[in-house]
Amino acid sequence: MKPGNPFVRMGHATLEGISRLGTATRFLLQILWRSGTSWRRFHLIVREIYSSGVLSLIIIVVSGLFVGMVLGLQGYQTLRTYGSAESLGVLVALSLVRELGPVVAALLFASRAGSAITAEVGLMKTTEQLQAMEMMAVDPMARIIAPRFWGGVISMPLLAAIFSMTGIYGGYMIGVRLLGVDDGAFWSQMQSAVDLRDDVVNGIIKSVVFGFVITLIALFEGYDAVPTAEGISRATTRTVVTSSLAILALDFVLTAFMFKGA
Amino acid sequence: MDRTLLDFWVGVFVAIGLAALFTLALKVSNADSFDQGKTYTVKASFNNIGGLKVRSPIKSAGVVVGRVSDIHFDNQTFEAVVDFRLSDKYQFPKDTSASIMTSGLLGEQYVALDAGGDSHNLKNGDTIRITQSAVVLENLISQFLYNKAADSSSQGNAGNAANPGNVPAAGVKP
Repeated sequence: MKPGNPFVRMGHATLEGISRLGTATRFLLQILWRSGTSWRRFHLIVREIYSSGVLSLIIIVVSGLFVGMVLGLQGYQTLRTYGSAESLGVLVALSLVRELGPVVAALLFASRAGSAITAEVGLMKTTEQLQAMEMMAVDPMARIIAPRFWGGVISMPLLAAIFSMTGIYGGYMIGVRLLGVDDGAFWSQMQSAVDLRDDVVNGIIKSVVFGFVITLIALFEGYDAVPTAEGISRATTRTVVTSSLAILALDFVLTAFMFKGA
Repeated sequence: MDRTLLDFWVGVFVAIGLAALFTLALKVSNADSFDQGKTYTVKASFNNIGGLKVRSPIKSAGVVVGRVSDIHFDNQTFEAVVDFRLSDKYQFPKDTSASIMTSGLLGEQYVALDAGGDSHNLKNGDTIRITQSAVVLENLISQFLYNKAADSSSQGNAGNAANPGNVPAAGVKP
């Protein structure tokens, strides 16, 4: 059997994929198992919330504002045709809270914080810092990986909420201040259309899931990287590509489960 | 970085995030006190519910007094049975009538309750007897066109062209 046989290659790729998936699952279980230390030494998690949450704040706020303002402009154009420009608040708030908030914030988070995590962990592996820690009887899983994981999981929903809120404020600025939609109608129609459990809580659930997935992918790619300069660059690229695809696919699945028939 | 400064910025970040969450919950969405309060359920059956959905509002005199909690099809009477979840704060007489209305020409549909004059109030599990189905726009238009056609074909045939914009007969049941 020649190794160039297409069936051989296909089988090899399939087995490779399954084995990576299995390794990633074991990786996740190890993170959860060793998380106790990082919760007891909470400042480790605080530091990671700083690097993945606080440092992502600027890009999240600015993009949220612009996305909201564009929604305000575009929505106004269409709604005015049907004489219902007052529904602008509903359009802006529902699209942000349900979809754009969690998804766009997650995409930004993956490229801003996820890539940084992969590069950092990958470089630690390449320069053999992780092995050095093991030799000093410090568990790198508990000291390096788990705090980064929980930092990302905690930061993501907060960032998504900030994104939605600044977006709604951007839509308000454009709709009410610039285009002259009635102030009271904007907020009251929004409040009557947006449901706390069906829209807001489901949006938060989405962003928690995204935070979980992005941080796991980023950490795994870093931990699993080929320990060379090229390996790190490839791992970083894979983090951004894989987590973006995972976000979009998961968003579809979660939406299909959450908003059925409504 | 200094530990205190780091803690400070993380604290600011978490505070902003929680504030955004609270604003979303309180200012953007309808965390209406209605859902927490005590409620009672009454039933009503309609020939046609149009576009009524679960969680559609139930209004009386324009005020939201409850929400539609369930819609199902009765296979015996071939009618739609709609469950209304009404707030305990609002009590209605037994002979209250329910009709399905549309807010605006193309807006969402809601149930309007018109209070009757009975001295007994509706209780949990009661049925509203007097109902009026949703007006289906297509029926309305076809009826109108039909009348128009009858109108023009029987010109001079006086007396037969009454009521051109005939609204479909209300499905009032005894």
